Amino acid sequence: MVNLRINNIDVSVEKNTTILEAAKKYNITIPTLCHYPDLHINSDCRICVVEIDGYYGLKTSCSTPVKEGMKIKTNSPKVLNARKTITELILANHDTDCPSCIRNMKCELQSLSRNLGIDTNRFENVLQRKEIDDNNPSLVRNPNRCIKCGRCVDVCKETQGMHVLDSMGRGHDMEITPAFGKYLNDEICTYCGQCANVCPVGAIIEKDNTDTVWEKLHDPNLFVMVQIAPAVRVSIGEEIGQQNGLIESGKLVSAMKHLGFNHVHDTLFTADLTIMEEGTELVNRITNGGVLPMLTSCCPGWINLAEQEYPEILPHISSCKSPQQMFGALAKSYYAEKEKLDPKDIYVVSVMPCTAKKYEASREELSVDGTNPEVDIVLTTRELAKMFRQMGIDFNQLDSVEFDNPFGITTGAAALFGATGGVMEAALRTVYEIVNEESLDDVDFHAVRGMQGIKEAEVVLGGQTVKVAVSHSLANARILVEQVVAGTSPYQFIEVMACPGGCIGGGGQPYGTTNEVRQQRIASIYEVDGKMVYRKSHDNPSIKALYKEYLTEPNSKKAHHLLHTHYNSRNS
Amino acid sequence: MIEYKELTKKFGKIDPLSINDYLQQDGYKMIRKAIKMGPKKILNEISLSRITGRGGAGFPVSIKMKSFANETGVKYIICNADEGEPGNFKDRYLMENDPHQIIEGMLISAFSTGASRGFIYIRSEYQNAINIMKHTIKEARKYLFLGENILKTSFSFDIEIRRGAGAYVCGEEFALIESIEGKPGRTRVKPPFPSQKGVFGLPTLINNVETFSNLPFIMRIGGREYNNIGSDFASGTKLISLSGNVKNKGLYEVSYGETIKDVIYILGGGIPNNRQIKMVQLGGACGVVIPQSLLDIQIDNERFHIFDSKIGAGALIVIDDRHDIFDIILRNMEFFEHESCGKCTPCREGHGQMVNLVKKFVNFQATKKDYLSLKSLANVIHETSLCGLGQTSPSSIISTMEFFPEDYEKRIEESVRRGQTNG
Repeated sequence: MVNLRINNIDVSVEKNTTILEAAKKYNITIPTLCHYPDLHINSDCRICVVEIDGYYGLKTSCSTPVKEGMKIKTNSPKVLNARKTITELILANHDTDCPSCIRNMKCELQSLSRNLGIDTNRFENVLQRKEIDDNNPSLVRNPNRCIKCGRCVDVCKETQGMHVLDSMGRGHDMEITPAFGKYLNDEICTYCGQCANVCPVGAIIEKDNTDTVWEKLHDPNLFVMVQIAPAVRVSIGEEIGQQNGLIESGKLVSAMKHLGFNHVHDTLFTADLTIMEEGTELVNRITNGGVLPMLTSCCPGWINLAEQEYPEILPHISSCKSPQQMFGALAKSYYAEKEKLDPKDIYVVSVMPCTAKKYEASREELSVDGTNPEVDIVLTTRELAKMFRQMGIDFNQLDSVEFDNPFGITTGAAALFGATGGVMEAALRTVYEIVNEESLDDVDFHAVRGMQGIKEAEVVLGGQTVKVAVSHSLANARILVEQVVAGTSPYQFIEVMACPGGCIGGGGQPYGTTNEVRQQRIASIYEVDGKMVYRKSHDNPSIKALYKEYLTEPNSKKAHHLLHTHYNSRNS
Repeated sequence: MIEYKELTKKFGKIDPLSINDYLQQDGYKMIRKAIKMGPKKILNEISLSRITGRGGAGFPVSIKMKSFANETGVKYIICNADEGEPGNFKDRYLMENDPHQIIEGMLISAFSTGASRGFIYIRSEYQNAINIMKHTIKEARKYLFLGENILKTSFSFDIEIRRGAGAYVCGEEFALIESIEGKPGRTRVKPPFPSQKGVFGLPTLINNVETFSNLPFIMRIGGREYNNIGSDFASGTKLISLSGNVKNKGLYEVSYGETIKDVIYILGGGIPNNRQIKMVQLGGACGVVIPQSLLDIQIDNERFHIFDSKIGAGALIVIDDRHDIFDIILRNMEFFEHESCGKCTPCREGHGQMVNLVKKFVNFQATKKDYLSLKSLANVIHETSLCGLGQTSPSSIISTMEFFPEDYEKRIEESVRRGQTNG
């Protein structure tokens, strides 16, 4: 242990602890800006400086390890002046029109300025306005708000292995940008949105579609249906001021009804449907000598990576549409027929934890008759929270309301889709029971749960041992995909999710998605699963009814037409 | 004369392109001696010599070398010949006049620390030096001083040249390392230090050209004897790049402890046209500016009370009384605004703001408030920047505020008098 003093408090911490960590342990707050848990320490912003006796200059607490006998002051006048000056410098090269920024009141720079007591700026504003990049369906990059903290660069390069963003230019001209200062859609960007989630200010944000949704909600000619993804209900609580992100789905349905949606549905239903289709596809591939390993297809960030960089992998990817698209396809076919509605009069909104889903919904092949998109528009968790705020909804006053039929009954297996390993676990619950014709004593597959980057498991199906693997984050996806491309993959089935932790850690989730928060959301996912009456997708009576009534059987001709798709190499 | 020629004593007497000339002047004898002594004894001699780094920071060389020697695996040695600091030209002279001395110094370092690969990173503007060093390395290889099994021992070491692309910041050790790796020149967070994790993630010893050039000299006379040269605050000799308003501009080698005044008046021959010295900038654009009254201070590593470095890499820029201090400061700040890498906030955003504030003084538009803002900003940049660039760049502001307070006062008064401000 190392003993030192911080602000005259005796502190004792492990060797190699940073001053920042040591202070936090003793409830001493040191403000930070570029620092983000789970990412590299860049030490670029210099906000977290402290004064150490006998050291020349001020030292950044995020990067300086503790030493025996150190005497540290975290709030001396010199330190406070330095922090204030640095913050003024940042503000002097920043678009400070805060009320016109989506991050207003949720901005780390704004909170920092407030906490430091900045009431005037001694430096003149030198911002040179640059073009805003909103040329893609998912993300908007506003360089005028960028404070060059480097978080987005780190998450894109290290966590996601994409390296779409980096710093370019020198000194005052330095900017964070895609290569050659081009647009994100000129790049191999997967629109995963991790950059938007870690951005401390409003420099990278999701493309806001709330105005369109309000318009459609008030269009008397439209029947507006909305679906909510499993990961949204375990995080949106964070946005409305709850400690825990989990919100009882009944209250969520009620709130959505208040917004004016005609029907509120659960993407869990089409997650169950995905398991039926994808599980059947897997069994067929194994028994008929199809292309193996098979890789999951629910995640649009992952599909973007595959199409843009690994054309060889495309035959390995399940032909199943994602649950979002399956819902849209059924809404504008099965449901339209059932309710005698013209598909053109149905407007499908999705609430997703994801920014890449906005891109997915815009894909040409994912439309009814080539023109009418299966899913019309996608909102992120954050955008839904914005609509709740716009409406002034008080969750304490809401009653519980059931999801609308005919997609009402769902299972715990489907809820698992929100967490890494969840699709795998849900698939194994169903495939195991169908192939082995015996029921599972324990439906939990612990080997595929948790935050480990790549997880693997073995399961015996029809006397044959099948090896499966699960990856989350695109950097980990690359490891498994490159094994497949090289022909050395030992697996038959692989789940791939672009975001760390799976969908609960998606780019459209509430800000402050750290690994600690991810763990909490994952725990909520398992809580939801555990409370469900049905735990296995093939037990879902609504699913059984849908096949009986409309689709006949999994992978039938009709199912293929509505629920399956194809992929295009975009590797140029 | 007060010159003390050791590193420069062969200048003009040998053909830098001829290894035979160097060999005839006892060249490469010290690496032979070093190999006989063994690493432990060499490091001990370097310790006894108390030699400090000649690139400007003045860090004890033996501490760096010992920590590097303790690392295992493949290790690199880098000779920093980026010499971007305005006013400095000593490394160019060393490369152009006695290049083998540098190679021999690198060999001694490599042998004593177990390094097997080396780089010499030269700024691209030094085309002549690059050509000479390339030729020198080829010749040294031909004579088996570089390559496998040097002098028929198990010691192997070879050197490659890397040329910079013009960025001043690449003289900073980690920015230089990033540049060698093919990345933009931006520093890294310390720790880990280069001796632990340097170029390509491997342990790296990085020293200035002049530091390496000192090693054959230390080997020859021994660490104790070397320590007898110089002052209480620094041992050995120092190359001084003397420039500005002085009669005999050029490179001089003196022992530590000589005064700045003697260098300017005895070696430099004083100021032309019977002018007076207004100020002298020490070390280069990043150095402190001192008035005539302080010229008696010695050239060594004793800390200046307002700054941690005094003489830096050894430039003396003499500025006579025709010049306005604010013009000089503006020129310095515009240089750093252009050369900041952009990685850390105070340096990236601060230099432009300092330029704006200094311009107010240059244009007689300054107020007391501007003075206070400039003072606060200069100190914050100095104290919080990530690397040596921002830590030292405000020196000319901080030192002139200390040593020339009346210039600031007069300028603010004059601004008010001219009616361009309200004070």
